[in-house]
Amino acid sequence: MKIFVMAKKVLTSLCARPATFRYPLVPKTYYKNTRGSITIDINRCIYCGMCQRKCPAQAILVTKADKEWKIDRLRCVSCGYCVELCPVKCLSMKNTYSASTQIREEEAFRRA
Amino acid sequence: MNSPKRTIIPFGPQHPVLPEPIHLDLVVEDEKVIEAIPSLGFIHRGLERLVEKRDFIDFVYVAERICGICSFIHGLTYCIAIEEIMQIEVPKRANYLRLIWSELSRIHSHLLWLGLMADGFGFEALFMHTWRLREKILDIIEETTGGRIIFGSAKIGGVRKDISSEKLAQILEKLKNYAQEIREITNVFINDSSVKHRLVGVGVLSKEDAYILGAVGPTLRASGVGLDTRKLGYAAYKEIDFEPIIETAGDSYSRCLVRIREIFQSIEIIKQAAGKIEPGAIEVKVTGTPNGEFFARTEQPRGEVIYYAKADGSRFLQRLRVRTPTFANVPAMVKLLPGCQLADVPILVLTIDPCISCTER
Repeated sequence: MKIFVMAKKVLTSLCARPATFRYPLVPKTYYKNTRGSITIDINRCIYCGMCQRKCPAQAILVTKADKEWKIDRLRCVSCGYCVELCPVKCLSMKNTYSASTQIREEEAFRRA
Repeated sequence: MNSPKRTIIPFGPQHPVLPEPIHLDLVVEDEKVIEAIPSLGFIHRGLERLVEKRDFIDFVYVAERICGICSFIHGLTYCIAIEEIMQIEVPKRANYLRLIWSELSRIHSHLLWLGLMADGFGFEALFMHTWRLREKILDIIEETTGGRIIFGSAKIGGVRKDISSEKLAQILEKLKNYAQEIREITNVFINDSSVKHRLVGVGVLSKEDAYILGAVGPTLRASGVGLDTRKLGYAAYKEIDFEPIIETAGDSYSRCLVRIREIFQSIEIIKQAAGKIEPGAIEVKVTGTPNGEFFARTEQPRGEVIYYAKADGSRFLQRLRVRTPTFANVPAMVKLLPGCQLADVPILVLTIDPCISCTER
């Protein structure tokens, strides 16, 4: 039976820097692959609606008549399936997360 | 002499040691538990039924989200079931990548469990250190797949992402350093007297009981039954040399030991796989629709998971049934509880590594 097995680790931790970093001051580094949030180059979109039909979370709404592409950021699970399916590759995955929000609102993109 | 008065103490669904909701009615005499009556069903989401409304290719995303910890292996098992029905030959490289990600998720799940366990018996510093190490494994996972918990890399016919050979070498180098750090922490679980005092001899599950009650995974192997579904040789496991880890005492301490030894075994398996992986395609094109049925079995960190898929040639499956490891381990947990002290109930519930959102789907 040993006691104080943890003691060495506790002492070294006392002298070491914190394992966490002070987030807003030290920015988080994202990996190239990180699935953060979906963006669209709306001027290239052909409004085929493939992303809307295949979205596992049903977060996307495409209206061909109004030439509008909407995404509910709070529903989106960032799986990246729409990016994979898009026939004209106008959708892409950013490696940063979408900003936090207080109201549940769909983000709309319209052709300029 | 009158027998002591019996009291019923409700345990859960909200309880500090429970990461997810399960409810137990504990019949106690003084401080001793006489009987435990479980009730489940707080977070049923109807994901199995969803299979009738989702294209079989898209359902991988839903299957992965059945569980937040063994997410990749859920997706993988679903893919294996569909691939077997459609008789798709998965490229060799994809199989190896599947194995590497499965083992990474096993390491992170076991570290998570060790942390929860330390938190369960009130060793906060140990809990923090275990989760600090888990974070490093999550970084590797995020770097290679894009997600920390939900990998999203399993796909019918292969995998979505590739790991380059330089990246693989870096991962191996990192794992070598982490193994040393993990050993420092796991030595506390193995040797420290206060930890041993809470675990040794508590909640003994005999070999016969474990087998008859259908326990799976580390719960079964800690009781001396060497069944490991990885030995069936799915993905690339048939080309990897390893033996199931067995402990014989069957108490909480052995369940802890099995998981600790499995962390290092997983690192070894990744090392072997990195030596054997060959360049090549990572996916094959899937055409047509599935027609038939199949039972797919794989080993999750918590034990064996079974996916039954039945398809009729359309784009929607007729039936999907998921038997998750916690579902199989609940009878063993109920068997462990009678006779223990009330203060040991949280530890005993945690030793089967309950994942209730898997169980209720």
